[in-house]
Amino acid sequence: MAKKIRVLIAKPGLDGHDRGAKVIARALRDAGMEVIYTGLRQTPEDIAEAAIQEDVDAIGLSCLSGAHMTLFPEVVRILRKRRAKDIVVAGGGIIPEEDVPKLRKAGVKAVFGPGTPLTEIVGFFKKAAKGA
Amino acid sequence: MADADRLATVRRRVADWEATTLAEALRDHPERRSAFVTTSSRPVKRLYTPADLAGKSPAERLGRPGEPPFTRGIHPTMYRGRLWTMRMFAGYGSAEDTNRRFKYLIAHGETGLSVAFDMPTLYGYDTDDAEAKGEFGTCGVAVSSLEDMRVLFRGIDVGAISTSMTINSPAAPIWAMYLAMADDAGVPWSKLRGTIQNDILKEYQAQKEWIFPPEPSMRLVVDTFEFGARRVPQWNTISISGYHIREAGATAAQELAFTLANGMEYVRWGIERGLKVDEFAPRLSFFFNAHNDLFEEVAKYRAARRIWAREMRDTFGAKNPRSWLLRFHTQTAGVSLTAQQPEMNIVRTTIQGLAAVLGGTQSLHTNSYDEAYQVPHEKAVRIALRTQQILAHESGVANTVDPLGGSYFLEALTDELESEAYGYFDRIQELGGVLPAIRKGFFQQEIANSAYRYQREVEDRERTIVGVNEFVVDEQPEVEPLRVTTASLRGQLERLRRIRKSRDPKKHARTLDRLRKACEGDENTMPFILDAVRAKATLGEICDVMREVFGVWEEPLLY
Repeated sequence: MAKKIRVLIAKPGLDGHDRGAKVIARALRDAGMEVIYTGLRQTPEDIAEAAIQEDVDAIGLSCLSGAHMTLFPEVVRILRKRRAKDIVVAGGGIIPEEDVPKLRKAGVKAVFGPGTPLTEIVGFFKKAAKGA
Repeated sequence: MADADRLATVRRRVADWEATTLAEALRDHPERRSAFVTTSSRPVKRLYTPADLAGKSPAERLGRPGEPPFTRGIHPTMYRGRLWTMRMFAGYGSAEDTNRRFKYLIAHGETGLSVAFDMPTLYGYDTDDAEAKGEFGTCGVAVSSLEDMRVLFRGIDVGAISTSMTINSPAAPIWAMYLAMADDAGVPWSKLRGTIQNDILKEYQAQKEWIFPPEPSMRLVVDTFEFGARRVPQWNTISISGYHIREAGATAAQELAFTLANGMEYVRWGIERGLKVDEFAPRLSFFFNAHNDLFEEVAKYRAARRIWAREMRDTFGAKNPRSWLLRFHTQTAGVSLTAQQPEMNIVRTTIQGLAAVLGGTQSLHTNSYDEAYQVPHEKAVRIALRTQQILAHESGVANTVDPLGGSYFLEALTDELESEAYGYFDRIQELGGVLPAIRKGFFQQEIANSAYRYQREVEDRERTIVGVNEFVVDEQPEVEPLRVTTASLRGQLERLRRIRKSRDPKKHARTLDRLRKACEGDENTMPFILDAVRAKATLGEICDVMREVFGVWEEPLLY
């Protein structure tokens, strides 16, 4: 049997909106992945540490408070510093269009806005885990 | 009995219609789908008739406007007497930025203020705290000190306009800053009107902006009830909120049930403190969501009024009719806004605002069309406010009291939601009450389950969302960006630095020390918080004292 894809779903910063993160966590689990949900108020350090400890293939970050430009790239930076850059980082939330290219450039592989189909997000993590 | 005869006739006539006219129509024209449901997945029948309203008399079900059970509204004249308060939730960046937005909204005809605080403030951190990194002013205004509060209301007569503040865990210190600001402005507390949200229970259940564990948090809430009842008589010391419960994914029935269960929990705690129910109950207010399903939403507000009147009078023995009134604010559903074809959100918001008005709301916030992207831009906010003005002045719905009252469908839905709420009250009771149910993750799991079901329905296209899973266009949405400037952040940091440098350190330390003792004991904390605020203690410093004494909450993890 193939190894299960492992994904960390994380809520960086102070934002308490966890509806989206929980729905995604459940959709990934229903798609057969191992999902670790961090809960709220994680620092980028906490998240990178948990991802390395849990040996995940990818991280899904969720932020609706507007702090994504500070928090998302920080997670990528710490992962790189800790030589864990093979862990794919994606993000979602309330994110203005003009921030998307900047986040991509900072190493966030994909940014999912409101209304993104679950199938698209599940597909992304499947592909990401294969190293595609 | 005449009524029984009449009902039998109705049922016979409906059965006859089903066998003839309807059967014939269905043979040639089947319905669009096999089952119809509301936004909350509640089944909706083809037709509602008087037969659906059997069991209760109109007097029991409706009463008369301004009389128990207040189903038709809390005022005899409703909007003929006075329109609802148009209260736009606003805040971003610094106190200066938000003060400008307030004045803009007032200039365009809003009739009440509503403050959105940023994440660090909601969580009791000053702007210069390490925890606040990247979060300054992004989804609300930063208020770290009394000085920030003064700037926020500069040039606004707080004796003449009411102010609602969405603040929960740090509600007591933020309220203290508002009260001290009013003192400085020469406005007596007896003239102040407004609301602090101060509803910690729904934070654990849904909004998740908590600091302390439930028991000390509830104690702080009751401290404000007690202080308000005695010193700030026109202030609503709580806004018991279903809004966030719904946004987190709950159904209309769950929103209704959990909110009212929380409301009754606050009443129990107030009575436990030794307050008389009629001393504080008239200052309890509510806050509900307005989602897309018009009739379901209207039914929810009406059921809420009926349940509250009954429980306050019969269960808690309130004698003052004002204690029976469920007064509420409404906000249209943020969660319904789409990033795709965002202009369509103006239409959604109109329908939702209409539901709130048909449901008898006391005040209303209408969302802006660009909020699936950002804190709204000025022009988007103006359109949202104008939407309310059109409802008020052009639609005609404000001309009569409870225009939908008596609709078979609406009344049946109201009854259904009411009975579903009582089902939840029983379940919460079985779990040992609201606090034990929070610790067991009951509300959180119920909400997460509903959120997931809804998303699956959208995914499977059982539910059509215009522009998202149907009627999709490939276009780049045009949304004018709103940015919090680094100049605002620098100004805020500079002000904080100045405050910390200019205050009397002895007085500052003494008031915080005194507050610590009050927190450790059982005195009402409000006077000590006020002293600390006046001695220029910051929000973060006050909350740190409380964090040390009370500890912090860790929520059960689930999804």
